[in-house]
Amino acid sequence: MITLSEMNAGEKAIVTGIEADGELKQRLFSFGLRRGSQLKIKATSIAKSTMEIEVGSTLIALRYEEAKRIGVQRA
Amino acid sequence: MNELIIALVGQPNVGKSMLINSIADARLKVGNFSGVTVEKAEVRFMTQDRSIKIVDLPGTYSLNDYTQDERVTKDFLENEPYDLIINVVDATNLERNLYLTTQLLELDKKMIVALNMMDEAQKEGISIDHEQLSSILGVPCVKVSAATKKGIGKLLNRTIDISNFPHEKSKLIYSDVVEEEVEKLSFFLKQKRYKTEFAYRDVVLKLLQNDPKMYQKMHEEPIWLELSPLLKEALEHLYLHHETKDVSEVFAEERASFAKGAVTETVTCKKSVSKNITEKIDALLIHKFFGIPIFIFLMWGLFQLTFELGSIPMDWIDAFFSALGNYAKTIFGEGQLGSLIADGAISGVGAVVMFLPNIVILFFGIALLETTGYMARVAFLLDGFFHRFGLHGKSFIPLVTGFGCSVPAYMSARTLKNDKDRLITLFIIGFMSCGAKLPVYVLFAGAFFAGSNAGNVLFLIYIAGAFIGLIAAKFLKLFVFKGVDEPFVMEMPKYRLPSVRLIWHTVVTKATMYLKKAGTFILGASLLVWFASNYPKYPSIEESFSQKIELASSDEEKTTLSNEKAQVLLEKSFLGMLGKSTDVLFQPIGFDWKMTVALESGLAAKEVVVSTLGVLYALGSDVDEGNEGLISELQKQISFASSVSFIIFVMFYLPCMAASIVFMKESGSYKYLAYLFVFTTVIAWGLAFIGYRVALLF
Repeated sequence: MITLSEMNAGEKAIVTGIEADGELKQRLFSFGLRRGSQLKIKATSIAKSTMEIEVGSTLIALRYEEAKRIGVQRA
Repeated sequence: MNELIIALVGQPNVGKSMLINSIADARLKVGNFSGVTVEKAEVRFMTQDRSIKIVDLPGTYSLNDYTQDERVTKDFLENEPYDLIINVVDATNLERNLYLTTQLLELDKKMIVALNMMDEAQKEGISIDHEQLSSILGVPCVKVSAATKKGIGKLLNRTIDISNFPHEKSKLIYSDVVEEEVEKLSFFLKQKRYKTEFAYRDVVLKLLQNDPKMYQKMHEEPIWLELSPLLKEALEHLYLHHETKDVSEVFAEERASFAKGAVTETVTCKKSVSKNITEKIDALLIHKFFGIPIFIFLMWGLFQLTFELGSIPMDWIDAFFSALGNYAKTIFGEGQLGSLIADGAISGVGAVVMFLPNIVILFFGIALLETTGYMARVAFLLDGFFHRFGLHGKSFIPLVTGFGCSVPAYMSARTLKNDKDRLITLFIIGFMSCGAKLPVYVLFAGAFFAGSNAGNVLFLIYIAGAFIGLIAAKFLKLFVFKGVDEPFVMEMPKYRLPSVRLIWHTVVTKATMYLKKAGTFILGASLLVWFASNYPKYPSIEESFSQKIELASSDEEKTTLSNEKAQVLLEKSFLGMLGKSTDVLFQPIGFDWKMTVALESGLAAKEVVVSTLGVLYALGSDVDEGNEGLISELQKQISFASSVSFIIFVMFYLPCMAASIVFMKESGSYKYLAYLFVFTTVIAWGLAFIGYRVALLF
């Protein structure tokens, strides 16, 4: 299994699992990010310190550390 | 009939504040939620013979405790009295918005859904069957557009309708798996003839969602003995179906699929236009390499604009107030009263009002950044950089706001969830020079640097302040506030054209606040400074100087003598005594007692620094000859090195009284205010010392 942090701009993926605590997890859920969601990496900033992903019609910014907690499968 | 209290709830960036602005027109009252400083906007009005109060709750993605804003919303919905919820949703992003709606439905209150941004949805080719959606949710849905003011009247009418009818339970239905378990457990409660104020379904759902309050209540009941194994079994079933042991995840999936189902049945989308626009703009603005330079360019542009464009009306205002001052003297005479009004009140307040154009332009720029959605992009771009200094990408927002005014900046730091991240940000906000410090810089940059360079010097002052702030943040993170980082997860809202009305409202509010300060607080302070600099009186000294002046042969000699007289009197005044007694502390950094006094008066409000300088140095000049302004007086009386040192000290020392009080509230302790005083004073004095010694070499 790979994590979101290993993906690059332009790639698509499906979420396979989220390793996060209660509140962060809730926040991701309310953004529509959960197991089975499809996402697309839209952009990354310099050195991949942050990445912008698209889930449904929502754009979300994540830090590399948070992206590491999201397990994905390339789609 | 009683007042109808309506809670306005919605996710961030759904146009909630624009909606309440449209409803309220000019009747909007902005205050605070009790206990916390989260902004509370309220409007009260009468319609159809009912008095109505609408409370705008802070935007929240779901009902949780993630940020302080979200806690406020949750607390209000769960504990405060209200009659009805208006749930504002973004019609262009319905699925995610309905996630919150499903949680609101479970509060079991009368509710109406406002499908906002319908105009935008139509442009994007999205059409929504609102009647179908109403029947799925079991609450009425009304199409509105806050931007074009369409549907607002209808929304209010429906709201009043609902308030008159009895409450109907919502129709939120979960998947078969959950419904089956709910059925089973409800049946058990029914068999047991269990008595409760709640519906069985609600009791069961709360238990299944691990609601601590419901558990506590049920735990006390004899029925718990038999209920508990059944509940355990039901949960095991859910875990099995959802392949997770986390019940919050189970219900998140449930809500999401309900929202998805509702959207599939009611929304038809023909084309997608605006997403492409956002994509195109993002391709440039958050470009890996161009993104940051573009941002810096935009910021630089804003400061140039503030300085260049702002200087035009500044000249007019300046001319107006000097004319007013002279006019006042012709009415009230050259005596004490005339001096009080012209030199005290008018010149003090004038010096403050003069900077209104700068402040309006700066606040306009910041409001523009916020409402267009660019602010979130900046956080995305800068998090990598900020994170290195122990800050958070979101710290950017309070820090940039700090360039306008520290008070809202301290307040906006609340979006930072982690206490340590928030404290670090709070501590360095003061280093982002606020709008009220701008007059000091403009004055000194104008007096001691060439006109063509003044804009660049100003920019350098701001950048240097921010840079020292970052270093201080790193220091605090390493040695004072050690600990885990706050996660960085934020929505990047779609780019939207800013609403002229909303920006106008923001800028006008800020400008009025600034002027109110000028009219009341600063007027009082100016009068106090005038009094302190004119009293006590020394008739014998005045007499001896008058005699000397009469005996003087040339005009030049007369001028020198009268300047000397004013100088001596000032030194012996209350203000002079105060300045001289603390002067020792500031001598090593090149301040005279006048500068010391100006600096100390700046603790009340930074605008007072300039007005104090105005009063102090204008009194030292020959008023009859004086068509030379404050700038030329400063050039005469202050050395270049001292002015550098003064600018540096102003950059870093303690924020004004109002801001310090807000800081104390936001940080949560007196202790932190004491730390802030020591922290800023040490940095300000140390750097001013270095600056002074270096500048002396030139």
